[in-house]
Order: sequence, then structure tokens, then C-alpha cells
Amino acid sequence: MRYLPKSPADRRAMLNSIGVRSIDDLFAPIPAEYRLNRDLKVPRQMAEAEIVDWFRERSRETGADYAATFLGAGAYYHYRPVIIDALISRGEFLTAYTPYQAEVSQGTLQAIFEFQTMISELTGMEVANASMYDGSTAATEAVMMAARLSRRHSVVVARSVHPEYREVLSTYAAHQNMPLVTLPYSESGQLDLKDLERAITEQTACVLIQSPNFFGTIEDVAAVAELAHRKGALLVVAIAEAVSLGILEPPRPADIVALEAQSFGVPLGFGGPYCGVIATRFEYVRQMPGRLVGQTTDRKGKRGFVLTLATREQHIRREKATSNICTNQALMALMATIFMTVYGKAGLRELAKQNLAKAAYAAEQCGKYAKVLFPNAPRFHEFVVETSEDPRAINNRMLGHKIVGGLPLKKFYPELGHAALWCCTEMTTRTAIDTAAGFIAESERSVKSAPEADAEEVAR
Amino acid sequence: MKHPTPKATRHVSRNEGLIFEKSSPGKMAWKLPPLDVPDVDAQKLLGASRRTDLGNLPEVSGIEIIRHFTRLSTWNYAIDLGMYPLGSCTMKYNPRVNEMVARLDGLANAHPYQPEKVSQGALRILKTLSECLLEITGMEAITLQPAAGAHGELTGLLMVRAHHQAKGDPRKKILIPDSAHGTNPATAATVGYAVENLKSNAQGMVDVAALSAQMNEEVAALMLTNPNTLGIFEQEIHKIADIMHAKGGLLYMDGANMNALVGKVRPGDFGVDLMHLNLHKTFSTPHGGGGPGSGPVAVQQFLEPFLPRPVVIAKPDGTLGFDYDRPRSVGRVRSFYGNFGMFVRALAYIFANGPDGLRQTTEDAVLNANYIRQGLEAAYDLPYPTPSMHEVVFSDKLQAKQGVRTMDIAKRLIDYGFHPYTTAFPLIVPGALMIEPSESESREELDFFIEAMRSIAEEVEEDPEMVLAAPHTTRVSRLDEVAAARNPVLRWKPKG
Repeated sequence: MRYLPKSPADRRAMLNSIGVRSIDDLFAPIPAEYRLNRDLKVPRQMAEAEIVDWFRERSRETGADYAATFLGAGAYYHYRPVIIDALISRGEFLTAYTPYQAEVSQGTLQAIFEFQTMISELTGMEVANASMYDGSTAATEAVMMAARLSRRHSVVVARSVHPEYREVLSTYAAHQNMPLVTLPYSESGQLDLKDLERAITEQTACVLIQSPNFFGTIEDVAAVAELAHRKGALLVVAIAEAVSLGILEPPRPADIVALEAQSFGVPLGFGGPYCGVIATRFEYVRQMPGRLVGQTTDRKGKRGFVLTLATREQHIRREKATSNICTNQALMALMATIFMTVYGKAGLRELAKQNLAKAAYAAEQCGKYAKVLFPNAPRFHEFVVETSEDPRAINNRMLGHKIVGGLPLKKFYPELGHAALWCCTEMTTRTAIDTAAGFIAESERSVKSAPEADAEEVAR
Repeated sequence: MKHPTPKATRHVSRNEGLIFEKSSPGKMAWKLPPLDVPDVDAQKLLGASRRTDLGNLPEVSGIEIIRHFTRLSTWNYAIDLGMYPLGSCTMKYNPRVNEMVARLDGLANAHPYQPEKVSQGALRILKTLSECLLEITGMEAITLQPAAGAHGELTGLLMVRAHHQAKGDPRKKILIPDSAHGTNPATAATVGYAVENLKSNAQGMVDVAALSAQMNEEVAALMLTNPNTLGIFEQEIHKIADIMHAKGGLLYMDGANMNALVGKVRPGDFGVDLMHLNLHKTFSTPHGGGGPGSGPVAVQQFLEPFLPRPVVIAKPDGTLGFDYDRPRSVGRVRSFYGNFGMFVRALAYIFANGPDGLRQTTEDAVLNANYIRQGLEAAYDLPYPTPSMHEVVFSDKLQAKQGVRTMDIAKRLIDYGFHPYTTAFPLIVPGALMIEPSESESREELDFFIEAMRSIAEEVEEDPEMVLAAPHTTRVSRLDEVAAARNPVLRWKPKG
């Protein structure tokens, strides 16, 4: 077997020096009745070329040749500078373990320290951790952190937070005696501040909002923070689109920010691995979950970095830890660090501005033929289009032209049955936008000329 | 150094500051294509939400970025450089074909919400990997959603809770052996369970009599690592399962040490009700300096209704799809479908091995651990003489007489060209040296390791001070962790 560095003679010699006759003697502790005396029924050993072929075929079946996508909704298609994979493919990063042994892990540790710094700068927070699994678990752990900090239990959640983030939160909250109060979105797509004011009580640990929210609309973070803080509740802001931070004021009045940094150089990869991260105020750091890297000095006074404040963590505190998280998303955090370094201060602003411009143009084009919902609030690069026809039917027709249309919202918001969430990034070409808008125009024309058409039927 | 090591030699190591210290306004490493739509006035569109200050993000050029991160990388030890004998971490070879196939366009750029008809290849990967893992574990249903081992534990315990609640019998406690990973009790607490410790017996295994006495109708499950963290197979596993089941409890297996079992024995055959796997351990996906991992949870059929949403199903027309209509599901544990990129790598690993390769891998892993055990038994205290599987745990009892502890020996090992083993764990062995070589080490590398460890044992007798001051060859000497925690500096700030 090509991954195993031993000859049959090596194995014999090793068995001899151990003093056993056969390898089976080493498996004697396993009760005989449970030992597997047959081959596993998995595919036979394949040559490298066969493996590559098999996966190439799967890649072709997964839209490898698609021209454009208008999907966003928490997973964003941005350009990934080539330098990212060149650097993260270095075995010293790729094949290293968690940097517990600081003297032989300074590379990873310094890179994480740089990550923590950049995320702090971008989110407007004082400190960030070394990463969480993804945006949904970061938001959930941020809420649990807020409950520990405030010593309160109830949570107010905006319905405009990513539906899957809310699902994860409710999975965890069910076992933490944590009632969730979900607030509707208003005409503007934002949280209604009057609803919010009524919902926050003396038991409210925190308010969880997302900005830009699931509909792409920017929330009034300062106003929400004011209402939360007035009653002693904390504000947790989830950010699913990290690139927005290049042009949107970060949620500085928030107490905790839960960020999904996938947009920073992490491939879409059918949903994972991604890069969650939690950022907060310095005074809250001891209730923060996840690993943290800190600066220190060695015995000769030289600067170096270590994992620190480990008394928050499971390997020290066991059932009293702030979280059960151990393995995080270190390599994705490295991708994000390199991405932020490539674009830097000026590039990230320009990148964000291109996203803003593409979406503004697309919304304008779509708005000529169909209704763009929530028109009165500012948005970043996503917008909701309501059509007369079921958007799944329109999307089906676009698929024939290798274009993936916006996300039909019916699954998450039944009341928005004919609406879809569209996203444009710097990767979306004007041609693709014009083509997609053309499909919407055609759909509206045909619905108006043939009111009997059964959209549901086409959608199937 | 007692004996000059054949493994390592000094070489020039480049100094490198923080990236922020290289930054200066106007340097850049990016260029965007010309905007093909009308430009916008951000102030007009965003008003008060427009950001004016991006803080201290660095401004540097491409060559500086390459050199910065390349220099940092040279300060890391890695499996690509040599043996990485961390116990219970299974640091094995990370095949590069896995990386290549994970980067194929259709897979790397697949959006999680793209229509199912455009996702058939990705769904096929989910399904094929699921089938392989079920065959390997001997279980009946699986979720790939959890993002890491601890996340798998959480998912498993949520299902345990759902199972008992469905029977109208919510239980309060989880039993956890004193040798367990810290994630086990932390997870139990997250799911709202009380944790009760279970003492190990003199052989380093679950004390079956104690388990019998502690097991009652309040206990929801036992979380058992098998082989346990001493590298010992729980030889009375069938009795353990029977005791749990007789009183309505479940047997949860932490699959961190599955590298000792693949192709030789299946947890589903010895009474396990549910378990998680670590694709980043047993199935060769790279650790990446601390992640990503992937922690699928495999269960017996009676737990299938509780699997997280969604699950992959075959539709009547033969295509694959996601089923969200799962009313008894514990819910979601993360967004989308899990760490898909790791599924691609793990499946490529299974393909490269086949049934014969997987079995040989397990045999070599166990052979390597026993070879090290035999080689070091004379130099280090072996607290539990019970046969070892894929890892072996010594203690620093002999060296402690000279004031040298496991961490000191570990740091000295760095000077010999090795990454340290796991120190001070499991907690039931005072001063533990937990060594797991994995199957990826040649006889030559193992001999170097044994020689290095023996040499350090001699050094401890002759010059303990020198060992206490190790490592001597790294670019930084031992770092002040106390100062780091007392006065945390968690980010760079500009001077002034």
C-alpha cells in the first residue's frame, strides 16, 4: 500500500523484536467474537489516476461548467487570489497540529495573532478569537457567552437573521433553558424598533441581529444597541458577509460580533469548511469560547506567541469550560489572513465598492420588470425580488443557460413565496446580470399575457 | 547532546516581524478588473452606514506576502517534516491527491444552495462516504454535519437526549471515565447533563463492578473512548454494553482512536449505540494547524429519526437529494451540510486504501506503537502493563527523581528533530508521556525516535539542568505562558 513506509521484511523484524509471532497477536485484546474476519465492503484500492477521474466526474455533475451564480445567503462567491493556495499548501502550515508546543509552532501562532488583529480592526472590536466552526456556531456560541456575561437567559432574535443560524441557535438553546423570542422584519426589511423595545425585558440576556441581514438590508445597529443596553441586555451582531466590512461601518456599539469570514478567500466548497470567528470587548475575553493566541517573551526576552487563557477551555476546565470546542478552523483563518493581507486597507474598500455597484445595477435592472422588496433601507450586495411567477420556474429556465438564479425564499419564509434573494459580487458580470434580468422580464411578460399558466407546474 | 542526532541539524532561521510592521501606505498586492457597471456613490447609497476608516489593515506587496508567510511556515514543525507522535491525535500522512481533488472546480466552487440537479456529484460524494463509514463502523445511519470531534459529541448527546425524551424518560447524567478527553465532560454540560466520573481499574480499563454500581435509571449514556486514552482496548466491552442497555442507558463511543480498529473490528458489532469519527485523525484530512476537522456521527437504526437535518436520500427517479422533513430531528448543528471539503479528502483516502489497505494501515499503526513500547520500556516507567493498541502511555516517574518532568522531556525531544508527544494526559497517569506514532512512520524513523528518547533518559541522569532548559535549538526558547495569561496581549496595536 503506497502510503505505508514498510517492507514485509521490516514488519517481520519489528514483530520479532516485540516478541510476537504474528500481527494478530497484537490484536488479541479484542474479544475474538468481535474481530472482523472478512474484508470491509468498501471500493477496492484505486490508483491515483482512478481517484482523480472519479472526482472529476463528480465535479462535472456539480456544475463545474456553470457560467454565473446569483446565490449568496451566507455563502459567497468571491475571487480567491492564487497566492492563498500557494501558501496554505505548504506542508508546514497544512500538516501541523494545533500549536500547543509553542517553540515549534511560531509560524501558526504568529499568523493567528495577525488574524486576531485584523479581525479586531475590521469588526471594530477589541479582541477576536482564533476561529469557530462557522458563522452559525459562532453566532450561537456568542449568544451563550452573552448569557454567561449577563447572567440572564432569554434571547431576542430578529427573524432576519440567517434561518440556518437561527436553527442552530434553537438546537443549542433547547438544552440551556434559553427561551428565544423571534421578532418579525418590518416593511423596510429591518428589525422594527418598537417591536424590539417591547420584547426586551429584565430577563433578556442579549439581542441577536444580523447586518447586513439575510435580506441584504443593513440594520440600524446603533439604535438596536441603545434599546438593548438601556435594559441591561447585550447586543450580538452576526455578520455573514465579511466583505461588507470594507465599506460598511462595523457594529462598534455591539458587545459581541459573530463573523463568518468565508468570503475572505475560503472556497464555497458546497458549504464548508468555513471560518467563523467571535470578536468582543476586552473586558469580556474570559467568557469567550475558543482558542486565543497571546504575545509573550521567551527566556532571553525575545518576542514570541503562545496559546493563552486556556483556563476557559475544555482540556483544562472540562465540564466548567466556556465551550466544548477543541479543533477549530485554523487553516481557513490562515486563508482569511492572507486574503486580508492581499487586499489590505485600500483593496478591501474597492472590492466592497464593486460589490455594492454590481448589486445596485442588478437591483435596478430587475426592478424594471419585477418588484424589489424592502426598497427604503440601505443594502450591501443582496436584494429580494418578487416576481409574478414562482421564482423556481424562472430559475429552471435560466439553468438551461448555465446561470443559477437567486435563492427562492419560500423554504425559509413561506410568506415570501414568490420572492428570491439575489446576490452580486465582483465576480458577477454585467452580461450575466442583463441576461438574468431578461429572464425576469420575459417571465413577467408571459404571465401577464397568459394569466392561466400554472407556475407551480413548471416549477416541478 | 548525548549522542549527535541523525535527525536534525541547525540551520539559518529567518527573522520576520509582524505583517503590520511591514505596511506602508500605497503598497498593494491587488488589482480589480475594471467595473463593468455604472459606479455608485457609496455615501448616497449607504449614508451613515458608510465606513470611512478601515483601521490598521496592512498595505504590502505580493512578494512581501509570499516571503512573510513562507518565513513563518519555516518556524513550524509538521508531519511533512517528520514524526509527530501526539497521542490520540493520529498525526498521519496527508496525501496530496486529496488536496488536488478537493480543489476541482465543480467541488470547490459549488454553492450549498445550488439546485439539487446541479449538485448530484457533491451529493454522490456525501452518499458514498456515508456508506463507507457505515461499513467501517458497523453502524446503520450517519450524519456528516458536525464540524469536528467535539461537535460530533454534541450531536451524539443531543440524539441521546432526544431518544430518552421520546420515551418519556428524560435522564440527567452522563458517565465519563476518568481517562476521557476534556471535550467529553464539556459536551455533556453543553447539552445540559450532569457529569459523573467513572474510575478506571488497575489495568487501565473501565471498572466493570464500579460501572454496575453507578449505572441506574438516571444515567442517559456512557461516553467511552475505545481504545481508551491509554491505548488500551476495553476488553470487557460486551459487559459494559450489557450493563448500560439493561438499565436503558446508551453506549456512546468517542471514535478519536478509531485508527486502532478500522478493518479489524467494528464498534457496531460490539454494542455501541452511537459514535463519532474524526476525519482529521483516522481518515487523513490535514490538521491545518488546528482545523478544520470533521466529526460524522454514526448511529444504530433506532436513533436514525433523530439525526440532524437534512439527510441525503435517493429519490424515486434515482437522483439524490436532501430530506428536510424530519419532524423528530434534533435540528441543525451548523449551517449547510458540514465540512464538505473534508468529506472529499476522506473519501479519496478510503479509495486509495481499499479494504486491504485500510486493514494494513491499522495493523501498522498498532505494530508501530508496540515497537516503541518495547524500545522504551527499559528507560521509562510504564504505569499500565496491559497490552497497547495504537498508542502507548509512559510516565515520568523515573525522571521525576531528577526533577525532570514530562514537559521537559518533550521539549528536549524537539532538539532531536521530533515534535513532542502529548504531555500530561490522560489525567489518570501523573506525568504522562502519551505516544501515538500512527502507521506513517518507517522503521528507520521509529528507531531514531527510540534512540532519541533513550538518549534523553540518559541526559536526565547526567545533566538534568540541560534537559530542564530545553529546547536549545529553536528560534525561541521556552515562552513565558504565565505572563501571557496574566497580562494578555491578544492583538497588535500601532505605537503611539
